[in-house]
Amino acid sequence: MTIGVTINSLPVINSSTSMYRDFGTSFIFVLIGIILVAVPLLLQRILSPRRKTAEKMSTYECGEDVEGPAWVKFNIRFYVIALIFIIFDVEVVFLFPWAVVYKELGLFAFVEMMIFLGILALGLAYVWRKGDLEWVKYSVPYGRGRYRKLTIIEETPASPAPAPQETAA
Amino acid sequence: MDIVTLIIICVKALVVFAAIMLTVMAMTLAERRISAFMQNRLGPNRVGPKGLLQPLADGIKFLMKEDVIPSGVDKPIFLLAPVMLIVPALMTFAIIPFGSELHLFGRAIQLQVADINIGVLYILALTSVGVYGIVLAGWSSNSKYPLLGGLRSSAQLISYELAMGLAIVSIILLAGSLRLNDIIIQQQGHFLSWNVFKQPLAFLIFVVAVYAETNRLPFDLTEAEQELVGGYHTEYSSIKFAMFYMAEYANMITASALTVTLFLGGWDIPLMNEAALGNLGVLLSVVSFVIKTALFLFIFIWVRWTFPRFRYDQLMRLGWKVMLPLALVNIFLTAGYLTLTV
Repeated sequence: MTIGVTINSLPVINSSTSMYRDFGTSFIFVLIGIILVAVPLLLQRILSPRRKTAEKMSTYECGEDVEGPAWVKFNIRFYVIALIFIIFDVEVVFLFPWAVVYKELGLFAFVEMMIFLGILALGLAYVWRKGDLEWVKYSVPYGRGRYRKLTIIEETPASPAPAPQETAA
Repeated sequence: MDIVTLIIICVKALVVFAAIMLTVMAMTLAERRISAFMQNRLGPNRVGPKGLLQPLADGIKFLMKEDVIPSGVDKPIFLLAPVMLIVPALMTFAIIPFGSELHLFGRAIQLQVADINIGVLYILALTSVGVYGIVLAGWSSNSKYPLLGGLRSSAQLISYELAMGLAIVSIILLAGSLRLNDIIIQQQGHFLSWNVFKQPLAFLIFVVAVYAETNRLPFDLTEAEQELVGGYHTEYSSIKFAMFYMAEYANMITASALTVTLFLGGWDIPLMNEAALGNLGVLLSVVSFVIKTALFLFIFIWVRWTFPRFRYDQLMRLGWKVMLPLALVNIFLTAGYLTLTV
């Protein structure tokens, strides 16, 4: 059984079974990977000591008492970049089939894909110009207000405590 | 599929697996020894001749240590994370051709565990899965340092992966195929036919992306010992900790092999027709592949002691404002050149 492939340069898939076989083969490594993790875990269960204490089981925080859980709301700062990433990642997926048949199609493929790339590059330029690629988003409207507040807090000078190490010396 | 084919596949898988594991062990030692020589120290040299048995001793020590699972963790994910990291690294290696075609007992054996026709896409998909291992390890630990490590890992992913994919697109343009063997065959011939000479810009972008992908210096922000106490694996102990190390080295080996395949002609030896030499040529091709991969592994260690660590906003800026535009320009130039000449 052959899968019909119209364009000559594509690797002609001899039979669907060989394709399934090759994908299946790569799954041997899933099995090996799981064994690779499971066997040492089992060995370790037999060999290693187990003496649990409350302190040992507590979360690491440089020896301090733990201050609440780590699952808190967190400003990840690159949320917009993550969204742009998805768009561009899909673009890359579109580029792969284009690249495979490029030599067959010639100028037509070149012009068409450059229009596509051009539009996306325009999008990148827009995001760049708007300042969303910056870490500190001074030029982004929603960021600006936030940072203005922050600078006000920074401007009130905290009175520096007298250095204790000099008296100790 | 007859039984012999099945046996051949299993043997190849086991050989590749054994080779990766041995290289991982050798790398743990090599990393410490080479680091030591670069810093004018000796490094571990007591266990066995020249310290060669050190990785074995390390492994036994890891097994004998108590496995501490902190009480606050999300246990299923905590246990899944090492598997998520190590399996993609092994699976990627399954499709990398490590030698030309071997003829044995009237059978042609591809020196490659699985010859997948969409190889490059398969690799890109799996390398993205590998990042989940780090993110999940960081999140499930319920500790601040791993959380930051995991977050940085995702920031890293969205910064370098695009440039990496686009760098590969220009290779596909030249080869006209997603199969890794076709890409190697396209690079055969004399010395300058390797993609590293045809696509120097893509090579540069790809190598930088590979360093980010394997979390090695200068992009080891997810670990960053000095600030994050080991990052995503802070809460892991004993053998699970060792697994993260194994996964890191396995990733490095896979990444090196991939770089060699895509840019340095894979198992190809320049100015030589391996097929004419019969099985000796096959052996030489394997040796050539191993030497090239070892060279890249050495460069990994070399770079580690040469460059300081990037800050992660710097990494994001590099990815989005330098590497991505450069990769786009590179595609434009490659495609334009091909249109004009072909």
